[in-house]
Amino acid sequence: MAEKRFVYADNSATTRISDPVLEAMLPWLKEGYGNASSIYRKGREACAAMENARNQVERALGASISKHEGPTEIYFTSGGSEADNWAIKGVAHTLAKKGKKHIVTSVFEHHAVLHTCASLEKEGFEVTYLPVDAMGMIHAEEVEKAIREDTALVSIMYANNEIGTIQPIAEIGAICHRHGVLFHTDAVQAVGNVEIDVKAQNIDLLSLSAHKLHGPKGVGALYCRRGILLPNLIDGGGQERGHRAGTENIAGIVGLGVAIEAACADIPARAARLKVLRDKLIRAFDGFDHTRLNGDPVHRLPGSVNFSFLGVEGESLLLSLDGAGISASSGSACTSGSLDPSHVLLSLGLTHEWAHGSLRLSFSDENTEADADYIIEVLPDIIRRLRAMSPLWERIITE
Amino acid sequence: MLYTDKVMDHFTNPRNVGEIADADGVGEVGNAKCGDIMKMYLKIKNGVIEDVKFKTFGCGAAIATSSMATEMIKGKSIEDALKLSNKAVVEALEGLPPAKIHCSVLAEQAVKAALSDYYTKLGIDPAPIVGDIGDCEACHVH
Repeated sequence: MAEKRFVYADNSATTRISDPVLEAMLPWLKEGYGNASSIYRKGREACAAMENARNQVERALGASISKHEGPTEIYFTSGGSEADNWAIKGVAHTLAKKGKKHIVTSVFEHHAVLHTCASLEKEGFEVTYLPVDAMGMIHAEEVEKAIREDTALVSIMYANNEIGTIQPIAEIGAICHRHGVLFHTDAVQAVGNVEIDVKAQNIDLLSLSAHKLHGPKGVGALYCRRGILLPNLIDGGGQERGHRAGTENIAGIVGLGVAIEAACADIPARAARLKVLRDKLIRAFDGFDHTRLNGDPVHRLPGSVNFSFLGVEGESLLLSLDGAGISASSGSACTSGSLDPSHVLLSLGLTHEWAHGSLRLSFSDENTEADADYIIEVLPDIIRRLRAMSPLWERIITE
Repeated sequence: MLYTDKVMDHFTNPRNVGEIADADGVGEVGNAKCGDIMKMYLKIKNGVIEDVKFKTFGCGAAIATSSMATEMIKGKSIEDALKLSNKAVVEALEGLPPAKIHCSVLAEQAVKAALSDYYTKLGIDPAPIVGDIGDCEACHVH
């Protein structure tokens, strides 16, 4: 038995704040407490730090650099969910005035998108939910087929949070532009893992979050291409060009800036390093009894794997892993807080039995090969132990 | 979501896991769709539950409630075992999160299903003795 160690393998849920990010933030929680709207030095310094962070986000996404190239296209938010809500509801409400009340999205979006669309449906909007294939990929031609005269927005996630599949975003962006439809992508899982260039990829709106990049929780951003008018999210003072009022969270915003710059500094090298850990796991469980890899084996996030182990229930798997020092997540019903397992896994065509036995392991810069080795060492015994006490497994092997 | 130490103890070291080859009563409740299946085996002698084993597919609470329920009926009379309520199992575990109460219902039903099988095997109609076990769907309505 391997010596017990702590392995945090749930970086798709959140990441540890990195030391450089924390160090960059601390002064803005201590002596740098000025209000960015104030005229005196402390205020000006806070404002400058915020605008520096904005430039860092702009550069990471290929957005126009504010000041040099005109007004900004980056709005700071409280995170990815807020950015998704703002982008989708904002575009929908604006274009509804022109009679465009149709939205195209996919069945396996994050709930921040799905529940936003559901809320718009209650207001009378129509939403087309595109299917995904068994590998968890959306086909660009399906997007094209779904676009109608009255389509206001297409919202397709860049990379899926559970199974990690990376969608053909540039292709979808090109289709949207050809048809004059706005394109939003929830890139919360993608930023730092894939090269993003909003201009080249025809992305009109993009949501991101700091805490997936070793940044702080409670801060994110919405990229909104210049010329797209969104209704104000919060009315009040003039912050965020008057669109999102409220005194800015300077420390958080500075943290986001440093985090995104670090995450996007050398994406190919970072992805290559993460893929070593990911593929080690994929190889280790390839051929493991009654086990499947969920999501495309190639078009997936470099640090994320999702397996299903038949006959095992996800939550008891997580608790057992936790007992061995490993933090991971699952799409089982018991962990989703509802009766149904994850909508993402069901959208791939998995049966409930397979979906209940899912396990997501997601790595970051802070994981090592020793972490992957440890998981490979302890996980099989945990699965065997749970299967040994599972009447479902008994049924599977006797059939 | 927080599990009590007692739940974690019964999840980590479940009591009475396994099967009884010559069981006098076997009951299975739940289904794979919901994500919980409990199977309970009873050995009964002179109206007393001499031995009990279980196998469970399910979450931490499902395993812990099964384990606790077996402890609570082992060595008890059938009458006492029939009185085992899901509430008593929850209390013995020092509480369960609201979303997991249905697991305790399942544990109560598993005991009753096994006793029902025991009577059926003896050629006795279990319904008047064991009562209505209820179905899995119903247990999800909290």
